[in-house]
Amino acid sequence: MADPMKIRAQMKGDVAEIRILMSHAMETGQRKDAAGNTVPAHFIQSITIDVGGKRVVDGQTGTAISRNPVFGFKMKGAKAGDKVVVNWVDNKGDKRTDEATVA
Amino acid sequence: MEMNQTRRIVLRGAGSIGALSALIMAGVLKPTAAYAADWNKAAFEAKDTPAALKGLGAASAAESKDLVLKVPDIAENGAVVPVDVISNIPNTTSIAILVDKNPTALSAQFSFANGALPEVSARIKMGQTSLVKAVAKAGDKFYIAQKECKVTVGGCGG
Repeated sequence: MADPMKIRAQMKGDVAEIRILMSHAMETGQRKDAAGNTVPAHFIQSITIDVGGKRVVDGQTGTAISRNPVFGFKMKGAKAGDKVVVNWVDNKGDKRTDEATVA
Repeated sequence: MEMNQTRRIVLRGAGSIGALSALIMAGVLKPTAAYAADWNKAAFEAKDTPAALKGLGAASAAESKDLVLKVPDIAENGAVVPVDVISNIPNTTSIAILVDKNPTALSAQFSFANGALPEVSARIKMGQTSLVKAVAKAGDKFYIAQKECKVTVGGCGG
């Protein structure tokens, strides 16, 4: 199981800012290790964000997202106390779900 | 819902299931297991921007000044290039980020619903100096914006 995500969700006026830091190698499948062997691709393919029980962001990612991905989103209609649930799935079937609360 | 529609467009674009399996046999599309069921393989494994846009169903994207793409003029480290995309186009439902000269052009695509604003910030890898492109979908139309980013040290090799 991968390390937990860091999720911060904060109200700024009527807009909630959601920032997510994921812990993932995001191997492209292009890199070679010290012995010259190609490191197999290992990267997050799917990201979803639910706020207050509703799906707000549904994303797909490729190999060109940086190692330990950081994403920022904004939404209207959220309020302090709403539960934020972030989920990712990678190309090997590893997955991770973490939660935070809108502050 | 959104994804399935895109997929149907992709399938239609390929002509038929027969054409798709011909592509698989030609080794263009590798039939490896995709765990994220809706992952748009055709778009994400496309080697260049036109093919990736076709995979997104966005081949006819029109340039728009209302689609704001922020990337640094010069990125010292191609492994971590900050990208911000903000769409001021009404009814934008999804945003994709592409890098022309990366081995696979499409970096990410996000769909927005239930109050999410059509904007995203992310950090991407760039193998070399390239045009970065943002594609937004609003209604059934696609819009595109682009900006060059000079890369001093590439972020795709090792």
